[in-house]
Amino acid sequence: MDRRSFLATTAAGAAALSFPAILRAQSKDPIRIGFPLPLTGPFGALAADQQVGATLAMDELNAKGGVLGRKVEVLFRDDQLKPAVGAQRTKELIENDKVQFIVGGLAAHVQMAINEQTKKAKVLFISVSQSDEISAKPDTSPLTFHEALNPTITSRAVGTWIAQNLGKRWWIIYADYAWGKQNNAVLTETLAKQGGTLLGSTPYPLGSAEFSAHLPKIQAAKPEVLVSMTPGADNIAFLKQVVQAGMKKQMKIAQPLVWLPQLKEGGGDLYGDVYGGTSFYWELEDTNPSAKRYVETYRKKHSAPPGDYGAYAFSGVMEIARGCELAKSTDSEAVADALRKNPVYDHYKGKQWWRACDNKSFQDLWICRGREPGKVKGEWGFVDIVAKIPANEELDRTCKEKGHA
Amino acid sequence: MPELSTLLAQVFTGLVLGMIYVLLAIGLSLIFGLMTVVNFAHGALYMLGAYFGVFLLGYTRNFWVALIVAPLMVGALGLLIERFLIRRLYGRSPDDPLLLTFGLSLILIEGVKVFWGKIGLTLDPPRALAGAVDLGFMTFPAYRLFLVAVIVAVLIALYFFLGRTNIGLIIRAGSRDPLMVRALGIDLGRVWLVVFGLGTALAGLAGILAGPMRGAYAEMGVTMVIESFVVIVVGGMGSLLGAVVAGLLIGQVVGLTTLFVPKLAEIMVFMVMAVVLLVRPSGLFGEAGLLE
Repeated sequence: MDRRSFLATTAAGAAALSFPAILRAQSKDPIRIGFPLPLTGPFGALAADQQVGATLAMDELNAKGGVLGRKVEVLFRDDQLKPAVGAQRTKELIENDKVQFIVGGLAAHVQMAINEQTKKAKVLFISVSQSDEISAKPDTSPLTFHEALNPTITSRAVGTWIAQNLGKRWWIIYADYAWGKQNNAVLTETLAKQGGTLLGSTPYPLGSAEFSAHLPKIQAAKPEVLVSMTPGADNIAFLKQVVQAGMKKQMKIAQPLVWLPQLKEGGGDLYGDVYGGTSFYWELEDTNPSAKRYVETYRKKHSAPPGDYGAYAFSGVMEIARGCELAKSTDSEAVADALRKNPVYDHYKGKQWWRACDNKSFQDLWICRGREPGKVKGEWGFVDIVAKIPANEELDRTCKEKGHA
Repeated sequence: MPELSTLLAQVFTGLVLGMIYVLLAIGLSLIFGLMTVVNFAHGALYMLGAYFGVFLLGYTRNFWVALIVAPLMVGALGLLIERFLIRRLYGRSPDDPLLLTFGLSLILIEGVKVFWGKIGLTLDPPRALAGAVDLGFMTFPAYRLFLVAVIVAVLIALYFFLGRTNIGLIIRAGSRDPLMVRALGIDLGRVWLVVFGLGTALAGLAGILAGPMRGAYAEMGVTMVIESFVVIVVGGMGSLLGAVVAGLLIGQVVGLTTLFVPKLAEIMVFMVMAVVLLVRPSGLFGEAGLLE
C-alpha cells in the first residue's frame, strides 16, 4: 500500500466512522425555544409566573426523555415591556441563539413586535397573552398561533354573564391603550345586545395611580355595575380608591379579568365581592383533573400556586413539543401543519383546540367572585368560582370577520 | 352640563387631589430650592417610605408608629446618600447629581424586588380611616381628609422651621449666598446634610401616606416623580409657595378635565405646564437662573 492510498483509506475510514457520530451529535442538539417576556417593569410578577410555567414544561418534557429524542431548552430574554426591545431580543434569539421556535410575550403591543420578527424569519410563534390582532389579518401569519384568550372572547363571555347576573346599567372605566380600548368596544356591544344601558365610559391613561377625579361622576350616575379595565398596579390603586369612597356598597364591581399577583397584593379587603373572568384559577384542582395534575406539579417546585399567565406559557411550550412529535420534525411549517391537523389538546385545564383558519386556541374560562376578608382560604385562596363559560368558537369573531378568506 | 352637586363634588375632589400633589412634590421642591440638586431618586425614596411602612406595620401592628418611623428611616438613608455620594458632586454641573440619583433610583427599585419580591405589598389605612364620610353632596374617603390635615400640618411646620428658626435662617442664607455664609464661619456641609435628610424624609412620608390609597409596589415612584416634577416646574423650581399653588391648580385642572373630557385630562396637565413656561419661563413663583 503506497502512502497516497493509505491516506485515502484511513481518511475514508475515519469519515465513515465519524459521520454517524456527527449525525448523532446533530440530532442530540437540544430543541431550542426562545421566550421573550417582561421580567423587569410593571408586569414583572406576571412574567415571573410565565417563566415558572415554561420552565415546568421544559423539565417535564426532559424528564420523559425530551422531544424526538432531543433535549428541550427554553431561553428566556427580558423584553422590558417595550416593543423595540422585544423585537431585538427575538431577532437575537433567532439569529444568534438559533432557536427553532418562539413562545412568549406579555402585553399586546410587545407581542406584535415579536410577531413581526418571527414572520420575517419564518419561525413558528405561539403567543401567550391577550390580543385580538395577533390572530387577525393583517398581523397574523400561518406560523402565528394564539394560545391565550383575547379581549373579544373574554369581554363577550364575561360581559354577557355580568349583564344577566349583576345588572344592566353599567359604567365602564378603561386604560386608554389597545387592550383597554378593545375590551371597552366589545363590552359596549355586548351590553347593547343584552338590552342594557351604558351610563358612561371613561378612558384614563395607563399607569395611573390616581382615580379620585373619576369617581364623583360615577357615583352620581348610580350604575348597577362598574366595569373596570385597569391592569397591573392600576387595578390596586383603582380598587383602593373605589373601596375608600364607599362605592362597593353602592354598586357591583366587575372586570373582564382578575390576576393572581394583584389578588395577593390587594387581598379580601379590595377584592371581596369583586367579579372577574379568568382563564385559570388554581382551585380548579378540586374539580378539574387536568388542573389538579398541573397545580400539583407546579407546587412541588414552588410554594405559591400557579397563575393564569404561567399556565398559558406551560401550555404554549407543551404545544411546541406536541407539534414536533406529530410532525417528527422541528421545521416550523411542518409543526404548524401538524397542529392544525391534530387540533385538540389538554395540558392543564381540560380540552382546548386550534381553529384551523386563524390558529386561535379555544378554551374554557371561568367567572369568579372575590372572597371577603374573613373568607380568604390560606395564603392564596382569594376567589370562589361562580360560573364556567365553556369553550365556544362563536365567542370570537369569525375567521371572515378577522380577514381570513 | 353636570348637576351643581356633581360639579361641587368634582371641585372638592380636585382640591384634595391638589393637596396630595403638594405632598408628593414638597420634598423634591425643598431639596431643589435650597441645594439646587435635582433628586431623581425622589420616587424611589417615596417607594421605600411605603415599603418601610409595611415592614414596620408587620412588627408593631401600629400605623401611627410606622407613620413616624418610616420617614425617619428614609431620612436616615437620605443623610447617607448626601454624605457619601452627593457631597462629592457639589460645584459640578447640575447634571451630575441628577444622573447619580437616577442611577440610584434604578438600584433601589430592583433591590426592593430582589428583597421583597415582584408582587406589591398590602398597605391598608388604619381601620378608623378606612371608610367613607358622607359630606352631604358626596361620600368621600375619610383617609383623604386625614391626608389633608397631615399636609397642612407639614406645611405649617416647614414654614416655621425655615422662616422662624435660626437653622432655617442659615439654610435660606446658605442657598442664597453660600460663599458669604461660609465666610461667617458656618459649616454649610452640615446644613445641606440636614436639608437633604429632611427632603428625603418628606418623600418617605409621602410614600407611607400614599401606599394605603395607591398601593405599595416597586415602581410606585415612577408615576409619582412625573407628577412631582410637573408641580414644581409649574410652581417654579424651588419655591415652596409655588409648589402649593401649582399643586392645587393642577388638582383642579385634572378634576375638571376629567369631568368634561376625561381623555384630555393627562394632556391638559402638560398643556398648563407648557403655557406657564411660555409666559413665565421660571414657573409661577420661581427665581430666574437657578439652573444656569
